[in-house]
Amino acid sequence: MIGVEHYVVVSSILFVLGVLGIFLNRKNVIVVLMAIELILLSVNINLVAFSAFMGDLTGQIFAMFVLTVAAGEAATGLAILVIYFRGRGTIAVDDVNRMKG
Amino acid sequence: MDWSQSLRLIAPEETLSIAGLVLLLVAAWGGDKASRLISILSVAALVAAMALVAPALCGGAMGPDTSAFFGQFHADAFSSFAKILIYGSAAITLVLAPSYFERFNSMRAEYPILVIFASIGMGMMVSAGDLLTLYIGLEMMSLASYVLAAFLRNDGRSAEAGLKYFVLGALASGILLFGMSLTYGFTGSTSFPLINAALANGLPTGALFGIVFMLIGLAFKISAVPLHMWTPDVYEGAPTPVTTFFATAPKVAGFGLLMRVLLDAFGGQSAAWQQIIVFIALASIVVGALGAIGQTNIKRLMAYSSINNVGFILVGLATTTQAGATGMLVYLTIYVAMSVAGFTAILMLKDADGNYVEEIAKLAGLSRTRPGLALALAMVMFSLAGIPPLLGFWGKFVVFQAAVQADMLALAAIGIAASVIGAFYYLKVVKVLYFDEPADVVTGESDVWHKIILVFSCLFISPFGYLLTGWLGANAEKATTALLAAL
Repeated sequence: MIGVEHYVVVSSILFVLGVLGIFLNRKNVIVVLMAIELILLSVNINLVAFSAFMGDLTGQIFAMFVLTVAAGEAATGLAILVIYFRGRGTIAVDDVNRMKG
Repeated sequence: MDWSQSLRLIAPEETLSIAGLVLLLVAAWGGDKASRLISILSVAALVAAMALVAPALCGGAMGPDTSAFFGQFHADAFSSFAKILIYGSAAITLVLAPSYFERFNSMRAEYPILVIFASIGMGMMVSAGDLLTLYIGLEMMSLASYVLAAFLRNDGRSAEAGLKYFVLGALASGILLFGMSLTYGFTGSTSFPLINAALANGLPTGALFGIVFMLIGLAFKISAVPLHMWTPDVYEGAPTPVTTFFATAPKVAGFGLLMRVLLDAFGGQSAAWQQIIVFIALASIVVGALGAIGQTNIKRLMAYSSINNVGFILVGLATTTQAGATGMLVYLTIYVAMSVAGFTAILMLKDADGNYVEEIAKLAGLSRTRPGLALALAMVMFSLAGIPPLLGFWGKFVVFQAAVQADMLALAAIGIAASVIGAFYYLKVVKVLYFDEPADVVTGESDVWHKIILVFSCLFISPFGYLLTGWLGANAEKATTALLAAL
């Protein structure tokens, strides 16, 4: 029998993968955007699983809002990435270092 | 609670939303030529929203009459206090902006509209009575702020600031959201009063994780220590009027939200989060003080100073008492005035060709070439350091008084000791301004609006500001009473 704890474990694993994806990735910023998306989706699994097991609709409504905001966030992120690329000609994470200290 | 009553309570948000949408159409129609008109109308909309929220603060509104949409939204004295600060600082950043952006030929009509949308989001954050309202408000603010940070799109530093702010901000929202999902799962509700009731019989481990994750996510928004590293880069890279905005309004919104979450939703479990806040407060004070020492760029210096001041404000929250919360609001108000004065003075530092000067070394001997501007900068530095005749001292005094009353002597002692370290770099700037050989770099003319704002904000942080402390304290007290009554 699959209980709510299984869902929470899966979503926690996805969340940790997402966070590691942001910090360990040295290649390019698109991967960072994908990792952020992974974090938001892990939260959705959590919300929907809790909502289903408690028989309370709030979590599923919340998940809809999170999906919508995630779309907006991805659009904003890509737009910023485009103007960044236009100025610098690279999207490698290691090159984002004009300001330090 | 009927529908029309709810709609009446969110009048300021409605005003701003309609103004934002209509002005967006004007911008689409008129293009960048209309940007000045749109700026003026946006300031008018923000001032109108301030006028709409003021009665709730003056009347000390609280209780069930102020909660709209089944407790999702609170239009009480607390949210009014925060909203007046938020809308006020948003209006000031709009007034500061045109002369700066025109220098780079990039005064675009979208700027005031983005500021308005960010202000609506921040207003929702401080009014939140539910995790869902909290999240929507927070994202509305964040998405607009990411774009604002990258607003000078031909400038590499601005685009980089936007990118860094976006990546770390999205990560922080993700962590916050994960905490909210755990809190929902282990308490069975997203509404603050129900969360508080569910935790009355003890704290499940899952909900404890929820609190910790939420605290980490919120720490990003106020640039407190575990997630402060974006602050210097974003402050330096973002256009200066946008930096002024980031240093003022989102801080107020972040603190308002933090107070609502911790004192309302988790108010019954203060033992669980108190130690975390004590740690964050002390770490922010120390990191802010030490990090600022080697800085050569004045905007980066202000960023570390903001981390440092955030630590002092958190001392008020660490007490978990009403006196502490009142002290936080007083300190926040004074901090907003100091930031506005500081960044306005930075905006007035221009060389003969009109380029903006940000290097501290180039300000040498400013007191002999521009005595008024040097005096203003020196006042801001002394006030940020909390040296007595200036108003910055009063903010530190009220939070430390609350800490002493709550028997947290060690916290107060360490905080005061660290503020002495912090005084070092503030005094270094004053030394450069007054005692170094003149570099004669800052000779450019200043915008008249900048002068007006600088004079008024400096008057507020000058010893004359003490005339207002009684009034400010009374209003902050009304606000926190309403905050604690929102359960």
